[in-house]
Amino acid sequence: MNRSEREAAARRIMEQAPAPVPPDLYGEVVRRGNRALRRRRVVGRLLWLLLCAVAVAFTVWAVHAHPWVEPPSQTTPPITGW
Amino acid sequence: MRDRQASRDARRAREFEAFVAGAGGRLQHAATLLTAEAPDANPRARRLLTLALAHTYACWDRLRGEDPYDCARQYLATRFSRGTWHQYGAFGRARPHPRSPLAALAPQERLILVLRLYEGVAEEQAAALLGLPAERVHTICDRATATLLHPARTAAPRAMGGARVAPS
Repeated sequence: MNRSEREAAARRIMEQAPAPVPPDLYGEVVRRGNRALRRRRVVGRLLWLLLCAVAVAFTVWAVHAHPWVEPPSQTTPPITGW
Repeated sequence: MRDRQASRDARRAREFEAFVAGAGGRLQHAATLLTAEAPDANPRARRLLTLALAHTYACWDRLRGEDPYDCARQYLATRFSRGTWHQYGAFGRARPHPRSPLAALAPQERLILVLRLYEGVAEEQAAALLGLPAERVHTICDRATATLLHPARTAAPRAMGGARVAPS
């Protein structure tokens, strides 16, 4: 018995007696699928909201703190009267 | 915006119903072979099938020309290979039913045999899907075929611990 014959025999064994698909399968699948879609949409919306909140918070902080301005020197006194 | 969403939902429902009507039977048979349950009493296979089809439904709009059957089959295979570890120790839950044709095989052997021979997935694709080397898939497929065709003859050498390749 060569390889292809063995594979064909195994295929024949596996293909016998297929059962009918249960009639309520489609409804259950659509219910679950819609739930997953809804959940995914809610998670996406929450993440966008979080991103917007972080952006707003950063802007407010930057406007208040001016992180781009060089801080005044603590060691050298300012030179005056040259 | 709302109209577009509604029409997209309706189109998806229509296409998906046709897909389930066409592919449901074959996928269910594959799932029943994987879980090694009797053809008419297969709660685990039905659950696997429901999850795989629900995943396909949720991904339907993002498939973009990919084969939905391929998507469902991949999810079925990966979900089964993950699930076998959890149910390994459960008493009686994962025990193969004697009326299943693949009752004599281990879960991984069933998975590879179903993917390679029943579904006709190429060796390299099956190996990539399961994260195994292609040679290993080849060996397991050969061994599983031999066990399936000659259950009594291969039972003794397998019990001795030798990884036996099918006689040619």
